[in-house]
Amino acid sequence: MIAEAQLSQGPAPHADETFRAHHFETAEQQFAAAKLGMWLFLVTEVLFFSGLFVAYAVFRVLHPEVFVNSAALLDTKLGAINTVILLFSSLTMAWAVRCSQLGQQRGLVLCLSLTIAAAVAFLGVKGIEYAHKWHEGHLWASQYGGPQAGETFDRAGSFFSVYFAMTGLHAVHIIAGIAAIGWLLKRSLRGDFSPAYYTPVDVVGLYWHLVDLVWIFLFPLLYLVG
Amino acid sequence: MSTTLPPTTRLPEQAWKSEPISEPDYLRNKRGIMSWVYTLDHKRIGVMYLIGILTAFLMGGVMAILVRTELLSPSRTIMGPDAYNHMFTLHGAIMTFLFIIPSIPAALGNFILPIMLGAKDVAFPRMNLASWYLWVFGAVFLIAAMALNGLDTGWTFYTPYSTTTNSSVISATLGVFILGFSSIFTGINFIATVHIMRPKGMTWFRMPLFLWSLYSTAIIQVLATPVLGITLLLLIAERALGIGFFDPKLGGDPVLYQHFFWFYSHPAVYIMILPAMGVISELISTFSRTPIFGYRFMCYSAIAIAFLGFLVWGHHMFTSESAMAAVIFSALTFSVSIPSGIKVFNWLATLYKGSISLTTPMCFALSFILLFTIGGLTGLFLGALATDIHLHDTYFVVAHFHYVMMGGSLMAFIGGMFYWWPKLFGKMYSEFWGRISCLIIFIGFNWTFFPQFILGSRGMPRRFYDYKPEYQGLHVISTSGAFFLGIGLILCAAVFLHSLWRGRRAPANPWGAATLEWQTASPPPLHNFVDDPVVTDPYDMADFELQRDTGDYVRRPYTPSQSDGTETQS
Repeated sequence: MIAEAQLSQGPAPHADETFRAHHFETAEQQFAAAKLGMWLFLVTEVLFFSGLFVAYAVFRVLHPEVFVNSAALLDTKLGAINTVILLFSSLTMAWAVRCSQLGQQRGLVLCLSLTIAAAVAFLGVKGIEYAHKWHEGHLWASQYGGPQAGETFDRAGSFFSVYFAMTGLHAVHIIAGIAAIGWLLKRSLRGDFSPAYYTPVDVVGLYWHLVDLVWIFLFPLLYLVG
Repeated sequence: MSTTLPPTTRLPEQAWKSEPISEPDYLRNKRGIMSWVYTLDHKRIGVMYLIGILTAFLMGGVMAILVRTELLSPSRTIMGPDAYNHMFTLHGAIMTFLFIIPSIPAALGNFILPIMLGAKDVAFPRMNLASWYLWVFGAVFLIAAMALNGLDTGWTFYTPYSTTTNSSVISATLGVFILGFSSIFTGINFIATVHIMRPKGMTWFRMPLFLWSLYSTAIIQVLATPVLGITLLLLIAERALGIGFFDPKLGGDPVLYQHFFWFYSHPAVYIMILPAMGVISELISTFSRTPIFGYRFMCYSAIAIAFLGFLVWGHHMFTSESAMAAVIFSALTFSVSIPSGIKVFNWLATLYKGSISLTTPMCFALSFILLFTIGGLTGLFLGALATDIHLHDTYFVVAHFHYVMMGGSLMAFIGGMFYWWPKLFGKMYSEFWGRISCLIIFIGFNWTFFPQFILGSRGMPRRFYDYKPEYQGLHVISTSGAFFLGIGLILCAAVFLHSLWRGRRAPANPWGAATLEWQTASPPPLHNFVDDPVVTDPYDMADFELQRDTGDYVRRPYTPSQSDGTETQS
């Protein structure tokens, strides 16, 4: 939340009319619209992922042993590192929003850069994991060629289908997030944001937290069930 | 073309005399193709959508005629079995994804919603334009399937056939995936617009019912469409990579696909019908000159239909789920008929003792009530478990959903087109030929689809190329009806084109309606209103008086003696 004491000296929130589109009465109304729009978009994102979560639930109920055995093939340590990285990026993102609200220009640029760096690091770790899985043949159903594919759990491919679909879709969202935060960084270097106008930082922040939140569910569901 | 109208219809009878206009209208304020390509004006985007979906409707319609022609006789009439499979699949896919879903919300809704609300534009004009471009890209991918290897899965893309056929499933599903984003963008935009952009005085319960219906539709678009998105993405991954979610050979479950698909596609049925119900509420009220009966219940029933629509998807899989699940889904399916019944009875109560003028939009609205009621009631036959065993996958189903989708949504769409046409393009159309087209469409529609109820109840399965000779009589009747229906639709298109070319100039409020879109010029200026509109009860039409010389309805100047309430009872 905005600290009233600090803002009372500076301009009021949403007082900057530079970026107000003609069809809004006030910049405040525009902020409200952008925020509602982003929340609605996040609802669609949740439902987009929900299909995969339902598929996960169905396959796990049908073949619980496959999930227990296959999850052991994932590298929990790398997954945990990625969880920490993403939680850190959520912190820097929240901090970036705070900096923009308080008009701390350098802090904003630093926080956005750190968020991007964390996102890239996450993808790097993910890349290492994927390469390892590729090497071991732990791939999705039709390509599954892992050494453990035998009588005991010949449906390990189903687990890796779910694994690749969920983490792959999540990675696409990370990439989209990097693009969006990169755009924020460009605009913040140009000095667009101030306590009087910080809508884009706020709404992209919401998006980033959702991407983070999805991972918070993926990590235990995929890595820790074994 | 001159039209003679019965005196009761209260239509403008003289040419509109030009009045000084303070601002150029939205069609003329900028010129050139680039002013359309980059436009952020919701009205122009609405018109662009209109052109797009009507093109799709023409394509889907031609395919329908070809399918019906093929069915004139058993085995080959004009095309082989593969061509037939491609033809009915693309007819279904084009009509559903390219036409009906965007028809009323994205074309008419885009144009009307902000004006009806009293706003200058939708909340996110850029996203609005993006949604139109996504529609175009989606359409290109979907139609490209036709040019590549065709598409023979049926519009539902059921696995495992869709993962094994050699037709262009990836191109088509990618197209539908993109179209889904287009629909989501429209939905997000409408919800944000209704929440944020309402001007002073426009409270939730002063919103016309068309806005309520678009709002409930937008909720479904936002909540259901992403599920279709992920389903189709997984289907593409299934075909391209063999990911094995739906393929039993790889440990997948084809019925899971059906659940996913219908979790979107049954709510999508309400995306198609809810806006139509909103249109009908406007038409019935305006042309009865009575406030809509049970306004609040109409609002709540729209929301209730949107909500219940999410709980009934399982009725598409009665035979592949547990008996308990089937009973629950059957009961939930029946519950949808309660809010639908509220709407139908409220329309009838609105008509009661109304001063009814049988204008073209009203003719379509009355046709809607009859056809939608038949479509809705036959839905109960299919929702009941015992009768569904006999009727499922027969022509009874085909007739049922055409009565709802075509007899319902399309009739409302055309009725809405006639109703708002003067506002869209500032031109009046020929009432005489408009009504004739409605009559032909109404007769042609029943002629085509009523025999299909009988065909289905006698056991003719849907989607079949060949059939036993005893079904031929009814097929011939149905096909001849389809040709008649086609003539009606062509006539209807001719009425619109003639109006653009030769129509009289439309006054601001030719129908005497009290909603805000009629309180601005026809066509409206760029920012919709020159002066901020005064928000009143959307159905209080008593204050509007016909100006005989202009054909315009003008709000009666306020005088204390006239506001004694003597005019307001209905």
